[in-house]
Amino acid sequence: MIGLEHYLAVAAALFVIGIFGLFLNRKNVIILLMSIELMLLAVNINFVAFSSYLDDLVGQVFTLFVLTVAAAEAAIGLAILVCFFRNRGTIDVEDVNVMKG
Amino acid sequence: MISADIQIVMPEILLAIYAMLALLAAVYTNKDKSASLLTWVTSGLFVLMGLWIGINGQGTQTAFDGMFNDDGFSRFAKVAILLSAAAVLMMSEAYMKRRGLLRFEYPILVALSVVGMMVMVSAGDLMALYMGLELQSLSLYVVASLRRDSVKSTEAGLKYFVLGALSSGLLLYGASLTYGFAGTTLFSGIIEASAHHPSLGLLFGIVFLVSGLAFKVSAAPFHMWTPDVYEGSPTPVTAFFATAPKFAAMAMFARVVHDAFGHIVSDWQQIVALLAVVSMFLGAVAAIGQKDIKRLMAYSSIAHMGFALMGLAAGTVLGVQAMLIYMAIYVTMNIGAFAFILGMERDGRPVTSIESLKMYSKRQPLRALALLVLMFSLAGVPPMVGFFGKFYVLRAAFDAGLAWLAVAGVIASVIGAFYYLRIVYYMYFGEETEQLDGKMNPVLWGFLMAASLAMLIGVINLFGIEPIAQAAAEALVH
Repeated sequence: MIGLEHYLAVAAALFVIGIFGLFLNRKNVIILLMSIELMLLAVNINFVAFSSYLDDLVGQVFTLFVLTVAAAEAAIGLAILVCFFRNRGTIDVEDVNVMKG
Repeated sequence: MISADIQIVMPEILLAIYAMLALLAAVYTNKDKSASLLTWVTSGLFVLMGLWIGINGQGTQTAFDGMFNDDGFSRFAKVAILLSAAAVLMMSEAYMKRRGLLRFEYPILVALSVVGMMVMVSAGDLMALYMGLELQSLSLYVVASLRRDSVKSTEAGLKYFVLGALSSGLLLYGASLTYGFAGTTLFSGIIEASAHHPSLGLLFGIVFLVSGLAFKVSAAPFHMWTPDVYEGSPTPVTAFFATAPKFAAMAMFARVVHDAFGHIVSDWQQIVALLAVVSMFLGAVAAIGQKDIKRLMAYSSIAHMGFALMGLAAGTVLGVQAMLIYMAIYVTMNIGAFAFILGMERDGRPVTSIESLKMYSKRQPLRALALLVLMFSLAGVPPMVGFFGKFYVLRAAFDAGLAWLAVAGVIASVIGAFYYLRIVYYMYFGEETEQLDGKMNPVLWGFLMAASLAMLIGVINLFGIEPIAQAAAEALVH
């Protein structure tokens, strides 16, 4: 029987993979966008699992909002990335270093 | 029922409709030629709306079954957000126009982000909070990379986007845990569920929520985006980042910890106090080596956020009141300081190095004096209003039994005074270098003088914000 804790464990694992993808990735910015998406989807699993466990619809409504916002976020991220590529000619994470901080 | 709800969210709805209509109108007419007019109209609308909310609003009402609050706290924050955004728009117009940066999207994006801020400071539900926050953040990512043909500006936008999305993710994960363990996303429900011995899952939720929020207010150790974004963005955008969004994020922070977790102050107090200490010291120490004034203002804002968080860490009415007063003073000082920075140019080109201010007082004694007042106020030197902001948060922390935090705050503000005073030193005693241009836009001059005068005259009664902030704090704290 698959219970709530299994879903939470999967979501937590995906979330952590997303965070590690953000910090350990040295290759390219597209992977950063994928990691962000992974984090948001992990959160969605959490919401749906809780929603079903609590027998409450709010979690699923929240999921829909998150999905919508994630789409908008990806669009804006890609747009900024295109601008950056035009100026810099590369999307390697190591080259995002004109200012250091 | 629904019409009463809509009545309460009317300011946000009107502003959102205005932004969309303005977008349509600008696209269908003469695009960037109307940008100047649109900027003035937008800032005028902000001022009117700020006055409307400030004068008209009273009492506490909730809309949409508690998802949206209209109380003294949210009105205080909204007025501050609207007025500071209007001031920044007015200051940016001439600067951006001269550098070919003034696109009609700029005032519209600012208006949309202001709608987001207004929603997030009055949210009564995690969903409303998240939607408001994202509306604000998504607009700000775009504004940061407004100078599309500059590597620095697009890089600032990219960094802001990646770290902002990470913080939204953290916040959202915290929201999902809070929802799961409290059984509701309404703050009024969460506060009941957490009242008696909160479960471990709920505590994890608080930790994630607070770290997401700390990212948004750029509190250390979640500050790494701030210096780069401040340096890379066009200066008017930096001025905007340093004012309205900071106030909104801080107000949202207070809203979450008090409205949703107000009965378990001791559980989040330690985290907030730690964030405050680290931010104050990091902001004070890291700013010392900076040569770029925008980067310096970034570290200064990190330190100031530490002080505001100190008020929040107290977890009392006095603490929230101190935080509100501190933020209001901070925003005023920053408007003045950025009015000066926007006016710094040599041969018509913007300059941001601190060295270029050497012996500024000889050429422009009045402006140097105004900046001196602002810098003393930012440092917290007694006769200026900035000192009273610090005094309030220190007293709130002390009264709440956080004497160690107050002592740390005093030490950090002494360290921080060094770099503000260095600017003053350069202006009055430095060696002579190539001078900055003497001309300054009258709008910028006006804001610079008004802000520094406010820092002096405000000593009398702080313009009467003290009782208003107290009423706002009482509306929030349970």
